[in-house]
Amino acid sequence: MEMETEYSFRHKHILGLENLSTDDISFILQTAESFREISTRPIKKVPILRGKTIINLFFEPSTRTRLSFEIAAKRMSADTFNISASTSSATKGETLVDTAMNLQAMNPDAIILRHSHSGSPHLLTKHINASIINAGDGFHEHPSQGLLDLMTVKQKKGTIKGLKIAIIGDISHSRVAHSNIIGFSKMGAQVFVSGPATLLPPGIEQLGATACRSTEEAIADADVVMALRIQKERQLDPLFPSLREYAKFFGITNKSLEKSKPDAIIMHPGPINRGVELDPAIADGPRSVILEQVTNGVAVRMALLYLILGGSE
Amino acid sequence: MRMSMILLRNGRIIDPVNNIDRQGDLIISEGSIHEIGEPGTLQLPDPAGATFDLSGKWVVPGLIDMHVHLREPGEEYKETVASGTKAAVAGGFTAIACMPNTSPVNDSEAVTSLILKKAEQTKMARVYPVGAVSKNSQGTELAEYGEMKQAGIVALSDDGRPVANSQLMRRALEYSSSHNLLLISHSEEMSLSENGAMNEGALSTRLGLRGIPHIAEEIMVYRDIALADYLELPIHIAHISTKETVDLIRRAKKNGSLVTSETTPHYFSLTEKAIDQYDTRAKMNPPLRTTEDMEAIREGLRDGTIDAIATDHAPHSNMEKDLEFQLAANGIIGLETSVPLTMNLVRENILTPAQMITLMSVRPAHILGVKGGSLAEKVTADVTVIDPEKEFVYSTASIVSKSSNSPFLDWKMQGKAVLTIVGGDIVFNELD
Repeated sequence: MEMETEYSFRHKHILGLENLSTDDISFILQTAESFREISTRPIKKVPILRGKTIINLFFEPSTRTRLSFEIAAKRMSADTFNISASTSSATKGETLVDTAMNLQAMNPDAIILRHSHSGSPHLLTKHINASIINAGDGFHEHPSQGLLDLMTVKQKKGTIKGLKIAIIGDISHSRVAHSNIIGFSKMGAQVFVSGPATLLPPGIEQLGATACRSTEEAIADADVVMALRIQKERQLDPLFPSLREYAKFFGITNKSLEKSKPDAIIMHPGPINRGVELDPAIADGPRSVILEQVTNGVAVRMALLYLILGGSE
Repeated sequence: MRMSMILLRNGRIIDPVNNIDRQGDLIISEGSIHEIGEPGTLQLPDPAGATFDLSGKWVVPGLIDMHVHLREPGEEYKETVASGTKAAVAGGFTAIACMPNTSPVNDSEAVTSLILKKAEQTKMARVYPVGAVSKNSQGTELAEYGEMKQAGIVALSDDGRPVANSQLMRRALEYSSSHNLLLISHSEEMSLSENGAMNEGALSTRLGLRGIPHIAEEIMVYRDIALADYLELPIHIAHISTKETVDLIRRAKKNGSLVTSETTPHYFSLTEKAIDQYDTRAKMNPPLRTTEDMEAIREGLRDGTIDAIATDHAPHSNMEKDLEFQLAANGIIGLETSVPLTMNLVRENILTPAQMITLMSVRPAHILGVKGGSLAEKVTADVTVIDPEKEFVYSTASIVSKSSNSPFLDWKMQGKAVLTIVGGDIVFNELD
C-alpha cells in the first residue's frame, strides 16, 4: 500500500464524495480492487460480514443499484432485507424519520437509502445509530456510483490525475454528475460539463467543473466521455423541446466523438435511453465500458460495506 | 400587574420622535406617561407604586413587530394568540400585527373579532390583525375590507400566498385606499420560485436543492412599486431579503414613491450557509441569501431605505420541520431573538440606539397608523426596558413561544428586554 502508515478509514456513514478525502477515495478504490476477485470465484462468498444486518431502504425505483448492494452484501455473508416504496409505510403517510426509527428498533447495522429528496440520508443520521449509505438522494449525490466510475477509469487509464473528463447531459438533476464532478476533480482530473443550458445549474464551477456552451468543446481531447440519462418523465418541464431534438444536438454519436482522444472511453450510469443520449452503436461499441462499470459497482459496494461495518473489528 | 404608578429611575431614555436620548426618570400613571425628569429627581407620591432603578438600561417606546404569525385559529398546536403575545412581551414587544394566513384565513369580520377577543382575554401585547387581500387568500376576489376594518384590522396582506394577478393587485391597492388601509405585499413571482427550497446559486447546486432565484423577489417588488406609483398610493413591502430589492426601494424612495419596507433579523444575521447539512431550521421564504445580500440589507437599515425590522415570527412544530429539507415548512420564530440580534448591529456601529428604536417602534407605529412609538407625556404607557449588556443563551428551555423552530438555538446572545409595560401594566418583568 502506498498510504501513510497512520491512515485509517474513519467514516461511519457514506453520504457523499464531498465528505471523503483523496486518501479515503484511494483507499476505497484499493479495497474494492482487492474484492473484485471474490466475484469471480466458483463459490462467491466470504464470511467477513457474517451476522451483520443490512437494510436496503429504497424510496425510488432501482434495479441496478439495489441489486448491486444486495449482491455485495450477500457475497460478504451479511443478511440483507429490501424495502421498496411500494411496500413501505411511506404510502401510508408515515414520515421518513418514523420509518427509520422503527427500522432502528430492529437494530440493523447499516441502512442503504435511496430517496427522491436531497439530504434524506443526512436526516437519518440525526435520528438513528445505524450506518447510512447514500444510494442516491435527490439531485445531490450518488457516492457509490461516483466511486465505481473512478474505479473504472483508473482501471482503463491507469491513473485519474491529469485526465480530461467530459460529462454530457442533464447536469442539474443528476446526482451521478454531482458525485463524479466532485470525485474526479478531487482526484486531479479536469472535468468539463455540457448540455442544454436549461440543464446546467448555476455555480457548477464551485463543484469543480468547467461548463461549456458546446458539447464539442467539452468533448475535445477528452479521455473519458460520460453521457447522462435523460429522464423522459421530465419532458413535462420546458427544459428542452423534444427527445428527438435532444438526440440530434446533445446525444453522443460517432460524429460528436471525432474530437475526443482516439482512445477515449465511453461511460453511462444506466439505464440508457438508446438513441437519445447515446447512439446504440457507441453504447455497444469497443470504447464502451458501461458493463464494466456495473461489474465494478459490486466491488465498490463490497468495499464500502466492509469499511464501515467490518473494518474496525 | 396593575400598579397605580410606576417610576422608572435613572434609565437611558431613548425617544427618537422627541429627539431624546439621555439619562432620566419617567413616571407612568393611570396607564399613561405622566412625567419625565432629570435622573434621580422624580419621586412617587403614592407609596403603593413600584420603583425600578434602571441604571445602565434603556427605556424606549414599546417595540412593535409588524409581521407575526399567531396561528390561531386553526393551528393552535404551533402557537395561540395567548402564547404568541406572551412570547412577544418576553421579547420586548408591546404590540404585534398578525398575518391572516390562519385556518380559516382572516378574510372576514368574524375571524378578526375572534383574534381580538382572544387578545383581550390574554392582556399581554396589543394585537393588530392584518386582513386578507383576497377571499381565502386565493388571489381571485377582493375580501371585505370595510367590514374587517370596522372589526379592527389595521392593514391588508396575502402574506404567504403572493397576489400573482397584477390586475387584482391594482384593484386591491385602489380599494384599500377607500378604507384607508395599508397594503402589505409579500412580493414573490411564484412561477420562478415554485418548488424551490433555498436561494438559487452554487450552494443550492451543491446541496442538490431546487433554488429560488433572487429575481423572484425583485421582479414582484418592481411590479408592486410600479403599481403603487401609477396609482400614487402607498405600499409596504414585507420581509425583503436581496440586494437588488434594497436598491429598487432606495431608487423608488428617491423618486418619490410612497413605498415602505421591512426586513427581518435573519436576513441581516444569517446567510444561506446556515442551511449547512440540510438544517430545516434555516428554511424560510424568502430564503436566506448570500453575504452580499446580507451586507446590502444592513446598509439599507443604516441609510433608512428599510423602514422597519419585523420578525416574520412563523411557528412550526417538529411535524412540519423534522422532515426532508424539500418537504419541511418555511419559517422560523423570531419574537424572542429580535432585540439581541438587532443589538448586534448597534454593537457593530451599523445602527445607533435611536435608529434601532426607530426601526422597531417608531416607524412600525407610523406605517400601520397605530398608537405608540413615543414617550411623550400623556401618551399611552407602552414602554420597553432593554438591558443592553445582559447575556443569555437562547435555548429551548427558555423559549416562551409554543414552538422552537429557530436557527438561533444555542446562540449566545447579548441584549434583552427585561421589563415590558403595556398601557401602564407590567406584562413582563425579568429585572434582577
